[in-house]
Amino acid sequence: MNRTARRRAINGMSLGLMYVLTLVALVPLGLVLWFTVARGLPSVLHLEFFTNTFRPVGIPGAGVSNALVGTGILVGLASVMAIPVGIVGGVYLAEYGIARWAAWVRLATDVLVGTPSIAIGLFVYGLVVLRMHHFSGVAGSIALAILMLPIVIRTTEGAVALIPNGLRESGLALGLPRWRVSLQLIVPAAAPGVITGALLAVARASGETAPLLFTTLGNTLFSVDPTHTLQALPLTVYQYALTPYKSLQDQAWGAALVLVMMVLGINLISRWVLRRQIRLAGQL
Amino acid sequence: MAVAAEAQPIPSAPRRPPDRFRYVAGAAATVAPAALVLVVLNLLQQAGPALHHFGVGFLVGTDWNPVKDSFGALPAVVGTVATAFLALALALPIGVAVAVVLAEQGQARLRGVIGTAIELLAAIPSVVYGIWALYVLAPWSFQHLEVPISVHSGGIGWLAQPATRSLFNASLVLAVMILPTLTAISRDVIRGVPRGLKENAVALGATWWETTWKVILPSARNGIFGATILALGRALGETIAVTMVIGNRYVIPHSIFESAYTLASVIANEFNEATGTLYPAALVELGLVLILVTLVVNFGALVLVHTITRESRSSA
Repeated sequence: MNRTARRRAINGMSLGLMYVLTLVALVPLGLVLWFTVARGLPSVLHLEFFTNTFRPVGIPGAGVSNALVGTGILVGLASVMAIPVGIVGGVYLAEYGIARWAAWVRLATDVLVGTPSIAIGLFVYGLVVLRMHHFSGVAGSIALAILMLPIVIRTTEGAVALIPNGLRESGLALGLPRWRVSLQLIVPAAAPGVITGALLAVARASGETAPLLFTTLGNTLFSVDPTHTLQALPLTVYQYALTPYKSLQDQAWGAALVLVMMVLGINLISRWVLRRQIRLAGQL
Repeated sequence: MAVAAEAQPIPSAPRRPPDRFRYVAGAAATVAPAALVLVVLNLLQQAGPALHHFGVGFLVGTDWNPVKDSFGALPAVVGTVATAFLALALALPIGVAVAVVLAEQGQARLRGVIGTAIELLAAIPSVVYGIWALYVLAPWSFQHLEVPISVHSGGIGWLAQPATRSLFNASLVLAVMILPTLTAISRDVIRGVPRGLKENAVALGATWWETTWKVILPSARNGIFGATILALGRALGETIAVTMVIGNRYVIPHSIFESAYTLASVIANEFNEATGTLYPAALVELGLVLILVTLVVNFGALVLVHTITRESRSSA
C-alpha cells in the first residue's frame, strides 16, 4: 500500500473511531432513561403513588406524596434564599466586574460549584442542626441554597454581560441611578437568561441527596412544617433502593422516574428560553 | 451686595448621589466566597477533637473502629483516589473524542443533538445514577466485565476477587458522571484553537486526522488538562452514586474488583449514627480532608482553564 493510501486509511479509521466513541458516550444516557422509565412506570401509573405516603411492606397503596411536597418546600425555601441574592451578585460581577476583587469572587464562586455537596451537608449540620438541636427542613434548604447560589450568580452574570452597553448608557443619560439601571433596565432585558440560571439551579437542588442526609433527615409521614424533618424525592430513592424489599425498590424506581422527568423537563425548558434570549439579544 | 444678589448663579446639575448599589451588590456577590470560607472554618471546628487526638497520624492510620475510638483515614483516601483516577482513565479518551466531534464544523443539527444529550447526562441526579448502577450496571459489569477479565488475566493480583459492589463499578458510574464536564470544557478549548493553525496544516496537505492529532490536540493540551483536573475534582467529591455501588468495606483494596470505601461514602453512611465526641469528629475530619483536596484541585484547574480561554480569546 502506498503512503497516501495508508494515510487516507488511517484518517478514515480514526474518524470512524471518534464517531464510535461518541456513540459509546451516548449509550449511558439512553440506558439510564430506559431503565428508569421501564422500572418506574408501573409504580407511577397508580394514582396512590402521588396521594399516599409510606406503607409498611406488604400493605398496598404506598405513595410518595410526602416526598413530592417535601421537595417542593425544600427547593422553594432554598430558591427564596438563593435566587434574589444570586441575581444581585451576578449583576455586580457583570456591571462592576473589572475590579481585581471581582476576579477573586468569580474564582471562589466557581470553586464553590465544585465543592462536594456532602461537605456542605456537614457544614449546615454544624451551623444549624447542632444549634437548633434537631433536624429540620430549614436546615436542608439552607444547604440547598448554598449549592444553588453559585449557579444563579454565574448564569446571571453571563446573561447580563450579553446586554449591549447602549441600554446602560441611555438609562444613565436619563439620570437614573445605577441601581435602577441595573435592576429595572438590565435585569428585565436579560430576564430569559436570568430565569434560565434560576431554573438550572432549581433542577440541581431538586436532585441533590447528600446535603439533605444530615440536615432534613427524611420523614415517613406527610408533613409541611419546615421546622421539622421533611421527606424529599432523592432521599426516597436512596433509602428505598437500599432496602431488600421489592415493593420499596419499585417505589424507589418510581420516585427516580418522577425526579428524572422533573429535572430533564426543567433543563429542556431553560435551554429553549436561553436560545430565545441569545436571538433577542442579537436584535438589541 | 445688591448687585451680587441680582446676578443669577448658573444652576449646576444636581450632584449624582453616591453609588450605594455598588456596595450592596458587592456584598451579595461576596456571599458565595464567604460561604466557602465558612464551610472550611466550620469543618475545622467540628473536626477539632479528632484533629487534637490523632494529629497527622489520622491520615496514615488504617483502622476504623468506633468501639475502640481508633480512626485512620488511609483506606478511604486510597479508595477515593483510586476510584477517581480509574474513572478519569475510562472517561478521558471518550470525552476528548466527543469534544473533537462536537468542535468540528458542519452538520450543526446533529452536533447540537449530541451536545444536548451529553449535557443532559450532567443534569441527571446522582441518586438516579446510583439506583441504575446498583440494579443494572453493577450486576451486568460483574458478569460480563469483572469475572471474564479476572479469569482471563490468570491470577494477576490487582484483577482478582471480583465483587458486584466494587471499586471498578463505582468508577464506571463516575466515568459516566464526569463525562459532560470533560466534554464541555475540551470542546470549548478545541474551538478556541486559532483557525490559522488548522488551515496551515490542511494547506500543507495534512489529512483531517493528522490535523487533529498533530496540530489541534497538542495546542489544546493545556486546556484539556484543565478539564481533566476539573473532572477529577467532581469525581473525588461525588457521594451518593458511589456509596450505592462501592461496597462499603473499610480496607485498603488490593484489587480494583474488590469492595472498597471512599471519604464521601463513609460520611454519608455513618455520620447520622455516629455517637460520642471522637467518632463524629473523625468523620468530619474525613470531610475536611475531602474538601481541602477538592479545593486545591478545583482552584488549580480553574486558574488553568481561565488563563487558557483568556489567551485564546485575545489571540483570536
